[in-house]
Amino acid sequence: MRYLPKSPADRQSMLKAIGVQSIDDLFSPIPAEYRLKRDLKVPRQMAESEILDWFRERSRENGEGYATFLGAGAYSHYRPVIIDSLISRGEFLTAYTPYQAEISQGTLQSIFEFQSMICELTGMEVANASMYDGSTAAAEAVMMAVRLTGRRSVVAARTVHPEYREVLATYAFHQGMPLSEARFTGNGRVDLEALERSLTPDTACVLIQSPNFFGTIEDVNAVAELAHKHGALLVVAVAEALSLGIVVPPSQADVIAMEAQSFGVPLGFGGPYCGVIATREQYVRQMPGRLVGQNTDKTGKRGFVLNLATPEQHVRREKATSNICTNQALIALIVNIFMTIYGKTGLMELAKLNLAKADYGVRELGKLGKVLFSGAPRFNEFVIETEEDPATINTRLLEQKIVGGLPLRKFYPELGNAALWCCTETTSRKAIDSAASAIKQHGRREEVRDMEKVAL
Amino acid sequence: MNPVTRKSTRHVNQNEGLIFEKSSPGKAAWRLPQSDVPEVDAGKLLGSAERKTLGSMPEVSEIEIIRHFTRLSTWNYAIDLGMYPLGSCTMKYNPRVNEVVARLEGLANGHPYLPESIAQGALRIMKSLSDCLIEITGMDAITLQPAAGAHGELTGLLMVRAFHESKGSPRKKILIPDSAHGTNPATAATAGYAVENLKSNTAGMVDVAALTSQMNEDVAALMLTNPNTLGVFEQDIHKIADLMHAKGGLLYMDGANMNALVGKVRPGDFGVDVMHLNLHKTFSTPHGGGGPGSGPVAVKRTLEPYLPTPVLKENPDSTLAFDYDRPQSVGRVRAFYGNFGMFVRALAYIMANGPDGLRQTTEDAVLNANYIRKGLDGTYDLPYKTPTMHEVVFSDKLQAKKGVRTMDIAKRLIDYGFHPYTTAFPLIVPGALMIEPTESESIEELDLFVEAMRSIAREVDEDPQTVLQAPHTTRVSRLDETAAARKPNLRWKPAAS
Repeated sequence: MRYLPKSPADRQSMLKAIGVQSIDDLFSPIPAEYRLKRDLKVPRQMAESEILDWFRERSRENGEGYATFLGAGAYSHYRPVIIDSLISRGEFLTAYTPYQAEISQGTLQSIFEFQSMICELTGMEVANASMYDGSTAAAEAVMMAVRLTGRRSVVAARTVHPEYREVLATYAFHQGMPLSEARFTGNGRVDLEALERSLTPDTACVLIQSPNFFGTIEDVNAVAELAHKHGALLVVAVAEALSLGIVVPPSQADVIAMEAQSFGVPLGFGGPYCGVIATREQYVRQMPGRLVGQNTDKTGKRGFVLNLATPEQHVRREKATSNICTNQALIALIVNIFMTIYGKTGLMELAKLNLAKADYGVRELGKLGKVLFSGAPRFNEFVIETEEDPATINTRLLEQKIVGGLPLRKFYPELGNAALWCCTETTSRKAIDSAASAIKQHGRREEVRDMEKVAL
Repeated sequence: MNPVTRKSTRHVNQNEGLIFEKSSPGKAAWRLPQSDVPEVDAGKLLGSAERKTLGSMPEVSEIEIIRHFTRLSTWNYAIDLGMYPLGSCTMKYNPRVNEVVARLEGLANGHPYLPESIAQGALRIMKSLSDCLIEITGMDAITLQPAAGAHGELTGLLMVRAFHESKGSPRKKILIPDSAHGTNPATAATAGYAVENLKSNTAGMVDVAALTSQMNEDVAALMLTNPNTLGVFEQDIHKIADLMHAKGGLLYMDGANMNALVGKVRPGDFGVDVMHLNLHKTFSTPHGGGGPGSGPVAVKRTLEPYLPTPVLKENPDSTLAFDYDRPQSVGRVRAFYGNFGMFVRALAYIMANGPDGLRQTTEDAVLNANYIRKGLDGTYDLPYKTPTMHEVVFSDKLQAKKGVRTMDIAKRLIDYGFHPYTTAFPLIVPGALMIEPTESESIEELDLFVEAMRSIAREVDEDPQTVLQAPHTTRVSRLDETAAARKPNLRWKPAAS
């Protein structure tokens, strides 16, 4: 086996040094009746070239060469090539969690820079070193609000990503936390009156997302005022991190739960991604996950170290703030490099380009259907309601190697034939025009059928 | 101070400030493509929601970014540089073909909501990996959704809870041996259970008599790591499983130490009902400086209805699809389907090994650990003499007489060119030195390690200050973690102008 650095003679000499006859002697603590006496039924040992061939085949079966209008919590953005050159360095790729600060300064300084940039972008005072993803970050942020307020119940806007809400429901249900939902209005924003009605003296926090699942930017100010008036905290989820380049950050929030996938992380069929929690300094001790702090060594030299390690489970065990241990360090490094590349001006220009593409998309596609929620500003996603079932439109688009917008019926039956479209800097005008003509074909087919009827 | 042995030597590593300190207005490492759509007025589109500035985000050029991160990288220790004897962390070689296949266009760029008709490649990878892991563990069904080991633990316990609820009551407690990793009790608490400690016997194993007296109808499950954190295989595992099952409880296995078992014995065959795996340990996906991980949870048939949604299913035409119609499911634990990129890597690892390679890997891992045990027994105190599998736990009892503790020895090991071993647990060994070499070490590297550990033991006798002040060869010396915790500085801020 090519990964194993031993010759048969090495193994024999090691057995001899240990003082046993055969390798089986070392497995004798396992009761004989349970020992496996056959080969595992897994694929036979393969050469590297065979492995590559097999996965290339799978890659070809997986949307290779398709243009897509899918967003909905996972965004297609260009990934500068230096990201992969840098994260492929073995010193980053194959390092362990930086508990041993003296030989982990590379990872630690990089995380410190990541935390600093996340603070800058979100307008928060502290950010952690990453969470599993946006959905679990949102659930953990809500549990953090529960600990901070001593209250138990949670109100989530129906405009929060449906799968984020599902994750929250899982956590909340098993923690016995009452969870209610606030509906949205015709402008696609959370209904403030409905929200206020669902607030009680037991409400720990309100969870909204902005831009929300429909791409609409919520009125964070108004929601914050409402929540705070009732003594509840405001947790804001940000699923499209690039929006922070051109949209005012929700800094009225008490906790921001972010998904940073947009910053250079491959779509990768849903993961690994990079969640982050950012908050105010006063709440830092209830924040889950790891934190890196700047410090000095005994000679006064600047160094970085995992900070506030006491909440971690190996010390606190069942009293830990969260059971999260491994997080997404390498993905946070991707995000860090991406933020560094685009920086102060690039993120803004890139976000503006997304705004322009989505604006073109909504104009062109809007001519053929009804643009929902046009009463509030949006970032790079929009909802179009068509006469025809969007699944049928998408079937036609697939023939042109285009994946159309996400039909919303599955998540929002009340929206009928609506679909969520996303345009980023990777969306070409040509793809938007093709999508528009595919929607139009429905009308034409109807016309043809009408003419056939006349001819009969 | 002893001259440090053969493995390490000093080399120049370059200083590098924070990226913010290199920033100046007008530098840029980006250029956007020419736009093919009309320009827009952000103020008009966004109104008061328009952001005007990104504050002190950096402005640097591409070469500066390359040098910045390359210089930072040289300050890290990594598997690619040498042995990582961290107990229970299984820091093994991360094969490079895994990285290549994970970056193939369709796999790296596939959107999670692609229509299933053009996502068959990803679904096939998930199905193949699921089948392999089910076979390796001897279980009946699996979810790949949890993002890491601790997330898998939580998912497993939520399923335990749902199982008991279906029988009328979720029950109250989880039993956890005192040798367990700290995430176990943290997870049990997160799942809403009280934690009851289970004492180990003098051999370092579960005390069956104690279990018999503590097991009752209030106990939902026992969370057991096998081999446990001492590296000891729980020989009474069948009695333990029977005791749990007789009172309606379940046996949860923490698969952190699965590297001792793959291809040799299957947890499903010795009575485990539910277990998680760590793809970033046993199945070679890179640790990446602290993640991403991946923590699939495998279960017996009785727990299958409670798996998180969605679950993979095979259509009659043998295409694959997601099944969302799972009324008894515990629900979703993560958006989308889990850390798919890690599934690709883990499957590539299994294919590179095959059944013979996986078995040989396990044998070598156990061989390596026993070789170290033999080489250091006597030089360091071995508190439990019970035979061990893939890892071994010594204590600092002999060195403590000179005032030198496990952390000091660990730090001195850095000067010899090794990453420290695990010091934080198991808690049942005061001053633990928990060593897991994995199969990835050659006899030469193991000999260097043993030599380094013996040399440090000599230093403790002759010159303990050298060990107490270690490391001596790193960029920074020990950092004051308690001061950092009192007055944390968690972000860079621009100097006040």
